[in-house]
Amino acid sequence: MKLFQRIFFAAVLSGLAAGLAMSALQQWKVAPLILVAEAYEAAAPAHEHADAAARADGHVHGPEAWAPQDGLERTSFTVLANLLTSIGFALLLAAMSVLSGIGITARNGALWGLGGFIAFQLAPAVGLPPELPGMAAAELGARQLWWWGTALSTGAGLLAVAKFRNSAATGLAVLLILAPHIIGAPQLAAEHASAVPALLASGFAAATLATSAVFWLLSGPLLGWFSDRFARHEAHSSRASPAVTG
Amino acid sequence: MHATAEIATVSGLSLSQRLIAGVLALFLGLVLIGGVGFASDMAIHNGAHDTRHALGFPCH
Repeated sequence: MKLFQRIFFAAVLSGLAAGLAMSALQQWKVAPLILVAEAYEAAAPAHEHADAAARADGHVHGPEAWAPQDGLERTSFTVLANLLTSIGFALLLAAMSVLSGIGITARNGALWGLGGFIAFQLAPAVGLPPELPGMAAAELGARQLWWWGTALSTGAGLLAVAKFRNSAATGLAVLLILAPHIIGAPQLAAEHASAVPALLASGFAAATLATSAVFWLLSGPLLGWFSDRFARHEAHSSRASPAVTG
Repeated sequence: MHATAEIATVSGLSLSQRLIAGVLALFLGLVLIGGVGFASDMAIHNGAHDTRHALGFPCH
């Protein structure tokens, strides 16, 4: 269990730090755009029928469901959700490192972070651009499935190259990374009018990708740094008492 | 220096140790991301709403 404790605490600490930094950038550059989009969403007269297909699953902001109050309460829940997600992403990086046998260190952490950014943000965004409230989109379950499939396939491709560094692995990686885009993300059958202006949506997509890139490029090196530190600490204590094995 | 740190991090350990720790971390990570980003419960959806949009998770 020693190893698990080590990677768990490294992931929690690096996730908290990178998640806090991301939250600050997000409140500055991303959250205001969501609020603007919600004003358009609420004002859109065609809301019911234009979005009917997208909302056929009943996934609507019902008045009966609990929601945080706008302002401090909403921001606090967003930061909490950010931190939990950040720790989750750091745990996934740590798990991939331990399972693949490719160590994560302060020095190679930026590469791990870049891989996470490509697998979990960039590749899914190519098929499913980050959405603002009020944008019409295909059925939720299908999009969630494509999102996971793309993240896993892209991540597996990147890990294959990192692990084996030969032409067979590179060929496999190209296939794994391209496959979700050849299959194609779920799309609406017909053009649906969006309540949100195009410039707001494209600005939002750029802002979310930029903030998540900062998150991943902090998270990777921090996870590596904490992992280095905890591993060295353990090496010292086991040298002091050689009878005890990890 | 770099190499020793790397060895201490993962490769000095047995495969079963790595498997247990790795699968446990993978499971926890997936539970966190699945819960915050993908759970269909409306209260969780509303609480994590802005995070889902800001991280590009399919939301509505």
